Amino acid sequence: MNHYAVAAIYKFEMARTKRTLFQSIISPVISTSLYFIVFGSAIGSRITEIDGVSYGAFIVPGLIMLSLLTQSISNASFGIYFPKFTGTIYELLSAPVSSIEVLLGYVGAAATKSILLALIILATAHFFVPLEIAHPLWMLFFLVVTAITFSLFGFIIGIWADNFEKLQVIPLIVITPLVFLGGTFYSVSMLPPFWQTVTQLNPVFYLISGFRWSFYGVADVSLITSFMVMSGFLAFCLLAVTWIFKSGYQIKQ
Amino acid sequence: MQPIIQITDVNKIYDSGFQALNDISLSIKPAEIFALLGPNGAGKTTLISTICGIVNASSGQITVDGKDIVSGYRHTRELIGLVPQELTTDAFETVWATVSFSRGLFGKKPNPTFIEKTLKSLSLWDKKDSRMMELSGGMKRRVMIAKALSHEPSILFLDEPTAGVDVELRKDMWQLVRQLRNDGVTIILTTHYIEEAEEIADRIGVIKNGQLILVEDKAALMNQLGKKQLILDLKEPLVAIPSTMTDFNLQIKNEGLQLIYSYDTTKEHTGISALLQQLSSANIGFKDIKTDQSSLEDIFVSLVKEST
Ligand SMILES: Nc1ncnc2c1ncn2[C@@H]1O[C@H](COP(=O)(O)OP(=O)(O)O)[C@@H](O)[C@H]1O
Ligand SMILES: [Mg+2]
Repeated sequence: MNHYAVAAIYKFEMARTKRTLFQSIISPVISTSLYFIVFGSAIGSRITEIDGVSYGAFIVPGLIMLSLLTQSISNASFGIYFPKFTGTIYELLSAPVSSIEVLLGYVGAAATKSILLALIILATAHFFVPLEIAHPLWMLFFLVVTAITFSLFGFIIGIWADNFEKLQVIPLIVITPLVFLGGTFYSVSMLPPFWQTVTQLNPVFYLISGFRWSFYGVADVSLITSFMVMSGFLAFCLLAVTWIFKSGYQIKQ
Repeated sequence: MQPIIQITDVNKIYDSGFQALNDISLSIKPAEIFALLGPNGAGKTTLISTICGIVNASSGQITVDGKDIVSGYRHTRELIGLVPQELTTDAFETVWATVSFSRGLFGKKPNPTFIEKTLKSLSLWDKKDSRMMELSGGMKRRVMIAKALSHEPSILFLDEPTAGVDVELRKDMWQLVRQLRNDGVTIILTTHYIEEAEEIADRIGVIKNGQLILVEDKAALMNQLGKKQLILDLKEPLVAIPSTMTDFNLQIKNEGLQLIYSYDTTKEHTGISALLQQLSSANIGFKDIKTDQSSLEDIFVSLVKEST
C-alpha cells in the first residue's frame, strides 16, 4: 500500500476545499438556511406536526441528506474530473499507485468534506429548530455510509464525464428530484396511494427514512429496508468502480 | 551490463486505428543520456508515455530495472520521473505544495530538505510560495522538472524539454542533466533539434513514423561527421588506383573521371598535400577540386527520407 500517495491525494483535495471555502461550505449552508426559513418557519407554522414531530424539525434530516448527496457527488466528481480536464492526470497515471489508492484518496476526501458539511448544517439547523437525536450513533453511521456511497458515485461520474455538462447533469436532473420526491418535505403517508407506490421506487426515499429514524425514532419504512437499499447501492457503486478500473475506461489510451 | 530499460517488439495502435509505434525494440543503458530524435508525430511522446504507464502498449514488452512495467508497475514507476511535453499544472497550487504532492504520490516519505535542495537547484526557491498561475512559462517548466525529481528517480524522461525555453533555462537544464547523469541517473530526452542531441546525448536514436530507424553512439555518429571528402575531377579517366597511392583511402567514381579521397578532419595531418604531390608525380591531372562534408543533419535527413 502506497499510503504516502493516498495521503498526498487526500491532502491535495482537502486543500482545494480550503481554497474554495465559499463554494464548498458557505454556499450550501446559506441555501439550507433559506430552506429552513421558507419551509420550516414560514410554511411550517401553518403545518402542525408530522408523526409527532414539528414540521421544522421534520425536514432537517432530508435537508441534510440533500446537501450530503449533492456535495458528495460534486466533490468527488470534480476531484477526478479536473486533472483529466487540465491534463495533470498524467502524473496520477505514471505514479506507482493502484486504482484502490487513487479511489481512497479522492473518495476519502470527498466523503470527509461532505460529512463536515452535514455536521455544519446540523449545527445551523439547531439555530432554527429544537433538535434531539434519538440514535446518534446510527445517525453518524448513516451519514458516513451515505457520504462514502455517493462520493463513489460521484467518482464514477467524474471518470465518465468528458465535459462539464455531463459532470453537472446527473446531480441536477437525477439527484435533486430524487431527494425532493423522496420525502424530504413530507411523510409518504400524506400522499395518495399511487404516489406512495411511486415513491417506493426511489432509493433516496429509504435513505431519508432511515436517517430521519435516527433522529426521531419514526420512519416511513423499516430500518432493515433502509439498510438493505443503502448496502445495495454501495455494492452497485463498488462493482461499477471495479469494472471501470479493470477496463481502464476513458482514462488510459 | 544489464539494460535499465528493455523495450521488446512494442507496438501501439490507438483506438482511432492509427499505429503510432511499430515494432520498437531498444535497450537503454544505466546512467546514459539517450536522445530520441524525430520529426513531429514520429511517436516520441507515445513511446515515453508507454514506458511511464500513461499509454497501454498494444503488444510487446517493456522492462525497467528487470521488472515488467505492467506486473511490476510499483517498482518500475517509483524509479521514473517524467517531465511531459505539455505544461500542465494546477493553477491554484503553490510551487511548494505541488512539488511535495508529487513526492508523496510516488510513495516517498516527506523530506522538506530534499524539496528545498531541488527547488534551489532549479532557481525556484524564491518562488516556492507562488501559485502556479503566477509563473512564467519557463518557470512552470522548471516546476515540472522539480516535480519529476521530487521522488529522487533513477530514470528521468524529458519530453521536448527545450520547446519554448529561453537560453538561460536551456543552459541550466543541460547542466542539471549532466549533473544527474554523473550521479547515476539515466536520462532519456526527446527532441526534434539535431544540435540538441549532438550537444548533450551519449547515444542517439532516430524515430520516424513509429519506427526506430537508427540507434548509434553519438561518438560514432560524430566520427562520420568528422569525415570529409576531397573530390577531384580528372582530365583523363583512371582505370585503377596507382600502386604508389594505395595507402590513401581512395575511391574511383564516375567511370574513372572522379577520384574521391576520404579523410578525417580531426587528425593532425589530413594527408591532402601528400596526395597532391603523389598525383603530380604520377602525372594525373585534374580540372577541378572540391570538398564535401556530411553533417549529422545530412545523415538524419537522408535517414528520414529513406524510410518514407
Ligand atoms: N490519443 C491518440 N489517438 C490517436 N492518435 C494519436 C493519439 N496520440 C497521438 N496520436 C498520433 O500518434 C502519432 C505520434 O504522436 P506523438 O507520439 O505525440 O509524436 P511525437 O511526440 O513524436 O511528436 C501522431 O501522428 C499523433 O497524431
Ligand atoms: Mg511529442
